Amino acid sequence: MIEVHELTKRYGDKTAVDALSFTVRPGQVTGFLGPNGAGKTTTLRLILGLDAPTSGGATVSGVRFADHPRGLRHVGALLDAHHVHPGRSAEAHLRALARSNGIPGRRVGEVLDEVGLTDAARRRVGGFSLGMKQRLGIATALLGDPPVLMFDEPINGMDPEGVMWVRRLFRRLAGEGRTVFLSSHLMTEMENTADELVVIGRGRLVAAEPLREFAARSTRHSVLVRTPQAAELTAVLVAAGAEVAPEGHAGAEALRVVGLSAERIGALAFDNRVILHELATRSASLEEAFMELTADRVEYLAGQSR
Amino acid sequence: MSTVTSPGRAGTAPALPGTAASVRPRFLDLVGAEWIKFRSLRSTWWTLLVAILVPWGAAAAAAMADYDNWPNYGPLEKAAPHLFAVHDSWPLEGYVVVMLAAGALGALAMAGEYGSGLIRTTTVAVPARGSVVLAKAVVQAAVWTAAGWVCALGSYAIAQGILSGRHATIALGYAGVPRALVAAATVAPVCALVGLGIGTLVRHAGGTIGILAFVVLLLPQFFSQTKQWSADVRHVFPVSAFGRLTEVWTASERPGFYPATITGSWLDYLVWPLAAVLLAVWVVRRRDV
Repeated sequence: MIEVHELTKRYGDKTAVDALSFTVRPGQVTGFLGPNGAGKTTTLRLILGLDAPTSGGATVSGVRFADHPRGLRHVGALLDAHHVHPGRSAEAHLRALARSNGIPGRRVGEVLDEVGLTDAARRRVGGFSLGMKQRLGIATALLGDPPVLMFDEPINGMDPEGVMWVRRLFRRLAGEGRTVFLSSHLMTEMENTADELVVIGRGRLVAAEPLREFAARSTRHSVLVRTPQAAELTAVLVAAGAEVAPEGHAGAEALRVVGLSAERIGALAFDNRVILHELATRSASLEEAFMELTADRVEYLAGQSR
Repeated sequence: MSTVTSPGRAGTAPALPGTAASVRPRFLDLVGAEWIKFRSLRSTWWTLLVAILVPWGAAAAAAMADYDNWPNYGPLEKAAPHLFAVHDSWPLEGYVVVMLAAGALGALAMAGEYGSGLIRTTTVAVPARGSVVLAKAVVQAAVWTAAGWVCALGSYAIAQGILSGRHATIALGYAGVPRALVAAATVAPVCALVGLGIGTLVRHAGGTIGILAFVVLLLPQFFSQTKQWSADVRHVFPVSAFGRLTEVWTASERPGFYPATITGSWLDYLVWPLAAVLLAVWVVRRRDV
């Protein structure tokens, strides 16, 4: 369990994290979403006590993380895969970390095996690909067998096989009852992995809710339809329950349809003898959905304060 | 989203082996970890090799020079005790390299972690930041004390071996020689800890080593020994302390020359590393990582 309460961090006059409060529960994968620069990494650093908060605080399992003399058995974290010394072997890196926390040396072999780096164990980390470094970072996080795990953008640089593996791993760790907190700037990374979402923008909380609910209101798939019979088709689609908005300019008119799939629109057009020139699904990127949400949020807050 | 987590599991803590409460943190484990880090870098061994071979080579060169010039020496130089044999055993030219090598490795122990970002991984593993610095200091002090004795005993043996060809050796028991030996052996850990302190403050490997070389080598040269205030500044630096402690002759009292004192020089050996380590501990505890 990670509890963040009114957490604020200012660097000079720039506020990186602004009165952030949320709770990350065990037994689930919680995604931590926000565009680049939203303050995700800063928040993780504050939770881990690397930076001191300007005000507010965070606890892990009820304790300020920095108050633990040794950390690996409490929290496993991958903040940045490059946070290793390039001149050291993967094995030496893990062995030193294990030793510092009184973790038996056999765990080093176990976690290397777990992440598939056994064959590269004695090679110097400087020669690793980003994907391999991510695996080493995950091995580091698993070393102390901790109940809470935090990963910052763990999928960057991984090949498709690695992405599949890491998703299964996160689900398994959550299934074992651990708290898994996973940051990303990509919605798609979360779709197959996370149960819950914490979404931030400009250092402020935008949403903290189950992924399903967030997805329902943010990833608005729309379908672009070009037809010479725009008025006719609009009537048909609205009757079928869709939201329809005209798009484009005179002479090349198009409709933006939300609430119906491309297949359904095609079928309706066929049934009603409407000619279609183009039919294309456009899914809003998280970035877009996110901008919408933050804009709403800012307006809402401004309205409330008056 | 397909996987469903059963609500019964969600609240329960996982049954993990060796839970945190059952393991007591031990400082010795941190020392062990820092020793693993230290020995697992190739640069460590190259630096140690250089730090041992250079003073040995310098001692051999200095002794060879006296050996070759022996026939030209007057009766005063040829008479025992052969005080030049002390300088030949621990020549400053060679030991400056020991000072720099020890300072550099000490500095890199911290600056290397900041440079690579490893310090963040380390701090998550060991939130007790001050203890990490102290563990590094223990490793640096231990390794460089051992290496320092290898340097000092080895270069003494080499110089005496060469000078014995002229029967111009000096015994280890001669007044002042044991002090010179200890000073030569311990200058390495002193400089390693000073380096550790500067590395912690500066955090950047290149800058750290530049500052270290400036402090160890250049800065004392700006201050002559012919004015009291200037001599006082000069004698604050470890390199002057090394020079004084490895001299067995006593400078004559004359106006316009202010040599360092033995006590003051030993204080340099004590205060520099102590202040460096304390400052490093203080700084890492209050600074964001």
